[in-house]
Amino acid sequence: MDAIEVRNVSLIYDTPGGKVPAVHDASFTAAPSEFVCLVGPSGCGKTTLLNMIAGFFAPTQGEIRIGGRAVSGQGLDRGIVFQDFAQLFPWRTALGNVAFGLEMKGVAKAEREAIALEQLRLVKLEKFAGAYPHHLSGGMQQRVAIARALAYNPGVLLMDEPFAALDALTRDEMQRLLAEVWRATRKTVVYVTHNVAEAVYLADRVIVMSPHPGTIKAAVSIALPRPRDPLSVEFLQHQKQLLGYLTR
Amino acid sequence: MKAILSILAAAAVYEVVARGGWFAAALVPTLPAVARTLWAMLADGTMAGHALSTLYRVFAGLALAAALGLVLGFLMARSRAVERFFLPLVSVLMPIPSLAWAPVFILWFGLGDTATVLVVFYAASFPMILNTWTGARAVNPLWLRAAGAMGAGGASMFWKVIVPGALPFIITGLRLAFQRAWIAVVGAEMLAASDFGLGWVIFDAKEFLNADIMLASLAVIGAIGFFVERLGFAPLERYTVLRWGMVRSAKA
Repeated sequence: MDAIEVRNVSLIYDTPGGKVPAVHDASFTAAPSEFVCLVGPSGCGKTTLLNMIAGFFAPTQGEIRIGGRAVSGQGLDRGIVFQDFAQLFPWRTALGNVAFGLEMKGVAKAEREAIALEQLRLVKLEKFAGAYPHHLSGGMQQRVAIARALAYNPGVLLMDEPFAALDALTRDEMQRLLAEVWRATRKTVVYVTHNVAEAVYLADRVIVMSPHPGTIKAAVSIALPRPRDPLSVEFLQHQKQLLGYLTR
Repeated sequence: MKAILSILAAAAVYEVVARGGWFAAALVPTLPAVARTLWAMLADGTMAGHALSTLYRVFAGLALAAALGLVLGFLMARSRAVERFFLPLVSVLMPIPSLAWAPVFILWFGLGDTATVLVVFYAASFPMILNTWTGARAVNPLWLRAAGAMGAGGASMFWKVIVPGALPFIITGLRLAFQRAWIAVVGAEMLAASDFGLGWVIFDAKEFLNADIMLASLAVIGAIGFFVERLGFAPLERYTVLRWGMVRSAKA
């Protein structure tokens, strides 16, 4: 799996009202197979930072490297999961969605469908391989999106609040599933959320950001054994510590 | 079944008016009289001949319009330069009724199929261009982002994301184009067709006060429209955008 290095990255938006700094001098690294959460309130630049790692746009200053190679544009070395359920292609079945990246890579039909089915099994949706997205619940659609992002075997998985639009019970279930998937695939993960409990549950390390302009304020290692108990004293202490950074 | 019911209800209202004695029977013939004329024209093959030449003109014009509309619509959505060049042209040409071109086309190409097909083509082009253009721009940017992240670009992005993503608009464009094609073909046949086509039959029947022939021809046009919708557009929608949940059926 690939390491992610973010070095002194800044992004300045040119707006009619003048230059607005969205991210200011952000640096962090994610070791291979490390699960890193970016946490912060709205406007702290966490999604902007993720989008730059994804290659949707380039930083104004600084550099991002994945597996030692400088990022320029999008690439199959990264899998991406968005918050919006609508990210799936409605005209493709779950299997067709998951196979899309492999199709782009030129993998033969039989092989890519076998791999896609394997990925759907990983997120426990192999029974729904032939279903169109609009027949699946929000949680199931997000699981398809995770399988889709993993199917072409990128070294890195980038996730932008993938469970934020789900109800609390489904979200808990999805977090458990994601922790399992991560353990099975050992991808390097950068996961954006504004939910502190979610970050403590999932992450090896939590990076706290603050807004105006978006800067990295702290990085907290979560050394708790997995699976984690959200009601344990240690879990709640970590949560309290992170909340302290966010409300200060 | 429900379709037949609503058509029967409308027919019943007409029949009451026709038999009410308010109008001359020659001008408002009863439905059995219209049916007899229709049957006679079907039996001797004249109606089929007229319907086929009209259908040929509709579908030839529609096919040309679809080809132009799809190509130009997608190009306009893709390139700012193409959009800037063609949009003013579309804005100027669109409000001109296609029938206003009929005399011009007759002057250039003579009476007959060419002029009629061109009028149909003209009428049907604008909904195809505008709907394809809008559909391509309305494709969810998240699909483009996700596809781009998975290595799609150029041709694969176009065929596998933009075309299916724009399909609800394109199908609606086809429907509108088909409807405008009919309006245009009937009018154009009245002006430009020498002696064939449903529009020409209607126009010609006026000379002899044959209201039954006019109404029989109108019924044929209505029937063709009904079957094209039932056997063409409805299944097209059912197997694509409806099945994919990109549009929904109305609640029962």
